[in-house]
Parts: sequence; C-alpha cells; structure tokens
Amino acid sequence: MTASLPFDEMGLGADATRPIYRHIARWLAETPPEILASRRAQAEFMFRRIGITFGVYGDKDAAERLIPFDIVPRVISRAEWTRLEAGLIQRVTALNLFLKDVYGARAILKENIIPLELILRNPHYRPEMIGRRVPHDIWVQIAGIDIVRVGDDSFYVLEDNARTPSGVSYMLENREVTMRLMPDLFAEHQVAPVDDYPDLLLACLRSVTPRTDYSEATIVILTPGPFNSAYYEHSFLADKLGVELVEGRDLFVADDVVFMRTTLGPKRVDVIYRRVDDDFLDPLVFNPDSILGVPGLMGAYLAGNVTVANAVGAGIADDKAIYTYVPDLIKFYLQQEPLLQNVPTYRCRESEALAFVLERLDQLVVKEVNGSGGYGMLVGPHATAAQREMFAAKLKAAPDNYIAQPTLALSTCPASFDSGVSPRHVDLRPFVLSGANGVKIVPGGLTRVALTKGSLVVNSSQGGGTKDTWVVDDDGAA
Amino acid sequence: MLARTADNLFWLARSMERADFIARTIEATLRLEYLPRSGVDDPAAEWESALNAAGAYDEFIAGHGAVDEGRAIDFLTFDRANPSSICNCLENARANGRAVRTALTVETWTAINDAWLELKRFEATRRAANDLNLEALTRFLDYVKKASLDFDGACYRTMLRNDAYWFNRLGIFTERADNTARLLDVKYHLLLPSTEAVGGPLDYFQWVAILRAVSAATAYHWVYRDRVKPWLIADLLILKTSMPRSLISCYDSIDSALDSLAREDGRSGAAQRQARAMHSKLERSSMTEIFQSGLHEFITAFIEDNAKLAQTISEQYLFV
Repeated sequence: MTASLPFDEMGLGADATRPIYRHIARWLAETPPEILASRRAQAEFMFRRIGITFGVYGDKDAAERLIPFDIVPRVISRAEWTRLEAGLIQRVTALNLFLKDVYGARAILKENIIPLELILRNPHYRPEMIGRRVPHDIWVQIAGIDIVRVGDDSFYVLEDNARTPSGVSYMLENREVTMRLMPDLFAEHQVAPVDDYPDLLLACLRSVTPRTDYSEATIVILTPGPFNSAYYEHSFLADKLGVELVEGRDLFVADDVVFMRTTLGPKRVDVIYRRVDDDFLDPLVFNPDSILGVPGLMGAYLAGNVTVANAVGAGIADDKAIYTYVPDLIKFYLQQEPLLQNVPTYRCRESEALAFVLERLDQLVVKEVNGSGGYGMLVGPHATAAQREMFAAKLKAAPDNYIAQPTLALSTCPASFDSGVSPRHVDLRPFVLSGANGVKIVPGGLTRVALTKGSLVVNSSQGGGTKDTWVVDDDGAA
Repeated sequence: MLARTADNLFWLARSMERADFIARTIEATLRLEYLPRSGVDDPAAEWESALNAAGAYDEFIAGHGAVDEGRAIDFLTFDRANPSSICNCLENARANGRAVRTALTVETWTAINDAWLELKRFEATRRAANDLNLEALTRFLDYVKKASLDFDGACYRTMLRNDAYWFNRLGIFTERADNTARLLDVKYHLLLPSTEAVGGPLDYFQWVAILRAVSAATAYHWVYRDRVKPWLIADLLILKTSMPRSLISCYDSIDSALDSLAREDGRSGAAQRQARAMHSKLERSSMTEIFQSGLHEFITAFIEDNAKLAQTISEQYLFV
C-alpha cells in the first residue's frame, strides 16, 4: 500500500476511463449539470417521501435525517464479483464454524491459534451459550462484511459484522430509485438484480426454524422501536418479508415458548430475526434495566423452542481483535488459503505492535476492538496533535482494546455535487445469508461513500452517503 | 395481527379524523365570529363552544384563563400543550403510522408522511409570524382537510380488506361519531324545536355553522329541499343514513367493520353486541321521540356509550 493517489474505479481523466465505466463516464460528460442537479433533487424527494430516514444518535434536531444518496452508480464487473463472492462465502463459513467451536469443542483454543483470554474477556462472549448447538450450526444467518478496494485487483476485508448489520434496505431502495431516475443509463448495462434479497432472507430464516415443518414457521423481526436509528429498515424488511415487526412488549414467554400478542390471542413464534443486541434481549439474563427485551426469552432459546438470528453470542465473531485472526480461522477450519485478505492489522495487545503503533499514530487508523459505526476511532493523518495524544494515553492504558491499521488509500468513485462531479472514497458491504441450504449473497451490496472531500469515514452516522452498486455482466469489450 | 398494531391503526385513524373535525370547527367559528352582531353578544362565546366541541375547553382554561380568538385558534391549531391540537393530531397520526409501517400501503403511508412534512413547513411559517394571519390560517385549514381526505382515500383505495382495514375504519367512525355528537352537545340548545319560534337571524347563521362544521351545508338542501330548520339539522346529523357524518351512518359503518372482523376471525364478542345494540337503537329512534325524552340527554348518553364501545374494542382485541 502506498500513499500515492487512491485508485479511482472509473479512472481519472478521459483517457484513463476503465472500460466497465465507459457508459457512466459518457453519461457524466454528456449530461448537462442542471439535469444532474434535477436528478439529485428528485432522488432526495423520493427518499424523503417514502420516509427513508436515519436517526442519528446524540443529535436531537436531526432526529430524522436522510442518508444522502449519490446518484452515480458504482460498478463492479461480474468477474470481480465472482471472486469476492467466493471469498465471502469462505469467510462466513469459517466464522460459523468458529462460533460452533468456541461454544462447543474449543479445538481452536486447544491448538492455541487464538489466545484464550481474547474469547473469555470478550464483551460479546456469552457463557450461557457454552455447550449449546443451534439449528444447522448456523450462528450468523445474516452477516455484513465490509470490503474496501485499494487497487485494480486488490480488495480487503475491513470488518466483519456478525451481530445486526444494517443497510440492506438502502441497497434495495437505491436500486429502485436508480431504475426510476436513470432508466436509460440502467438499460445500457446488464445489471444483476438484487430484489430477491427479501425472498432469500425469508427462506434463510425459515430454514433455521426449530420445528420440523418449515412451512409452519412463524417468523418475526424484533425491533427496539421507532426511535432506533435503523427503524426504517426494520419496518421495510418486515413488510418485504410479510412478517410481523414486533417490539419486546409484543412478545411474552410461557413454559419456555415464545408467543406474540395478537388480536386473536397468543400466537407461537419460531424464529426471531432480532435487530437488538444480546444485552437487550432478556432482562432476566442480560441487562436487567432493559425494557426492550422479553423476560424469559433466553430460557425459551436455550430450551430450543425458538431460533434467534443471529445467535446469541455471535458477537465475538464481529470483534475487531478476533478479526485479525480470521485468516487463521479459515486455514484451521477449512484447510484453505483465504481468498479475501484482511487489511494488515496491528494488535495493540502485543507489546511490539503497540510500540510500533504509538510511534506512527500520525499514519495509522486506530480502532476500538468493540466499537462500531465509526465511533471511538482515530484517523491519524486527519487528527490533531491533541487528539493523537489523547489516543496515545488511551492506548497505553488499555492496549487490549485497540487495533491499528494503515490508512488505506480507499478507492474512489465519481460522485455528483452542485459543484460538479468529483471522486469520493467508497467501501462495500455485501450481505451474506447463511441458512440450512447454504450461503447466499445477492450480487453487490451497499456502497457507502464518504461525501466530504478527502474523508475516509463512510459511516452514515458520520455523514457518509450511499450509492447504488451494479454488478454488470460486461468486461467492457463492447 | 399484533394487538399493538391494531391499537396503532385505530388511533392513527382517529387522529386524522379529529384533525379534520377541528379544522372544520375553526372555519365554522370564524364565519360566525365575523358576522355583524349586536353589542350584547359575546364573541368569546363562539370560541368557548368551539373549544368545547373539540374537547379542549378545560385544558385551555387551565393554561390560558380567559378565552379570546387568537389564543383559542393557536390552541386548536399549533399548540403542543393541547393534546388535541391539529398539529398534535397529525404528529400522533404519523407516530402511530411509523410504528405500523408494515400494516400500511405505500400510498397510505405517503399520505400521512406528506401531511407531516407539510405540517413542518406550516409550523415554521407560524413561528416566524408574530400575529395570526387569517389568510395563512385558511390555507392551513384547507391543507388539514385535504390531508384527511388523502389519507381516507388512500386507505379506501389501496388497503386490503383485512383486519388492518377494519381497525382503520373503526377508528375513523368511532372518532367521527364522537365529533358529531360533541358538536350537537355544544349546540343542542339551538336545535330544540322551540328555538325556531324565538330564533333571530343570528340563530340561522348558527345553524348553518353547525352544518358547515360537518361539511353538510349543501347536503342539507339536497336532503330536505327546505330552508334551514333546527330540528331537521338534528335529524340530519343523528338519524339520516345517507349523511356520512350522522350518528346512524357512523354506526352503520362501525357495525359492519366489527362484523367483518368477526367473520375474518370466526368469533364475535362484546364489541359486536354493543355496536349492534347502539345501531339498532338509532334505527328505531325518531326525532319526535328524541326531542320528547330530551335531546341533551340523548346526546350525552350517546357520547358515553360511544366511548364505552371504544373501550370494549380495546379489551376484546387486547390493545390494553
């Protein structure tokens, strides 16, 4: 990785246009600025009208803010996608085997591949799950794997999200909006559809029902409620799947069986796609102050009467300290070489690495191992000296809590602004579904874009936006 | 369906219906207030009765003391302290709608969300202006009526005829029956047959104002082909099945929504029995009888029974 100009996926300059982007480059060059501006305004209008909003924590006035949508699609070739897909399937398969092992035989710990304390002291480790099997040994039914690109041929996994990854509603709505706003541009490409995601998700959730009859499974989506930042997505998915969107208070447990309160009386629930963290699932077992959860849910879960997706305790696979070992997990469980590489990562818990990181805080990105959403991280090159000093103190006080990575030159894609078209850094979050019938991924995923010039932070909670992502059957040889 | 969803759908519909009624009440009151009048009349009285019809009188007095036009209008429209202000109604409607997005069609949600987005603009304009601007108020009231129409139309045209729709209908008609009855309750003294004999020209405009508040001024003439007479107004608003805001028409709809629910669920309960009893009581009534036994008593009893039915629905379908 060099500090030179980032890789631009379209190619900077007319001569450098990568063939796969040729239609988009021409469209950007030929479309008058006022038409682009009107497309941007129409897109915003459409999003606001359907009420796609994102609650931002800690910002009362902007309690319902729109995630900015950039109208210029991001293009990935079928060949690139095929390689990514294979790597994602391999990675998520290994993560599921890892979780089965950690809560089961613990072979990986016996082989000393991962230090025991990384598991035992992990805040997402759930001792309640020791010795438990989950249906089909699938712990992570829905994973969101964040991928960055740094060159023509190099993709890295930035993080694994194995708890409650969000963003899939934006993937689906972005496509709807793009197809309506730019039908001609869309028609020039052979774009792989994504709209079967809800069906795949439903099939995936059905397949892990604890009951023997799949068709009988009653599935619900458990949301913390309308004040949660991802509430729109929860209701969107419930609608697309045709399942009830429940809050904790809509459920109750009797004799270790979960029921929902309906107008016709109690109805048994078999699979809960929960969009709340473990801590808030059951006040009897976890956070006793939580009003989001369902008292007795863990009892029903441990009795095998209900499936919780993703499984309780799956969060350890999503931890940034464990992340650094995922290539080792792949080798250990699958006896394969990892198809997707990790970003080179320094484990600050190792004293040599810590010394190395402290010396280079101005060049590195430092992340909390349990942080998410772009909170609690230091982007060295963009930080002030005071911020770096504060982080150095934190690092020394609790090195185990941090990892560091080089500031990657994330690839850029063209984005459309009032001031014109300009490259912005992007990442990609494909959504990986694991069910009894294997691992399925809809082509592409959610592209997040850092709309602030030069910024590398793509999180929507930090001012990032999204783009439609096109996997196209075309190598540009037209 | 989740019991909470049914509850949200019921209150969503009630809030939208109430916003519409309050808008119409304000319009009708404004018209009355701007009539040339003799010195003995108390202009505040009209706003007192508007506040009463909106069920907001006690709250207003507690917060403001004396009634005057400007404060009454603000209280009924933009005041967050009044739980039944138009802006709180629309806010509640959206909060309920957002909680049950999955039970709404895109069109229905869009109608609610558009109304809410528009409300934000009206609120900002109102905040920026110091004094009440009647022209702006008129635009606002027109918008509220349209929002309610859009919502109702979207429900009617796009929702599946299943439990979600029936709970929506129950909310609309329970609220509408309550609104009509409250209006009658506030104005009943004007509608007694004895009034016509003593009624001055001002009474005439009062009668028309009642009709306007329930958008029935034109309907009246089509139904009776006669000049406006108080007992016919009472007849129109209580017993005319063809009048969509009459008590009997509301109960016709409530009865059939509850029947549809019972058919779908394969079971019937106290709510169905109560609604049927109220419906047939209205069907058996005549205006002569109602006036004889007391219009005021009749309306008071109706308001209570209507509230009881809402309670029974909540209990039967486990909202509470």
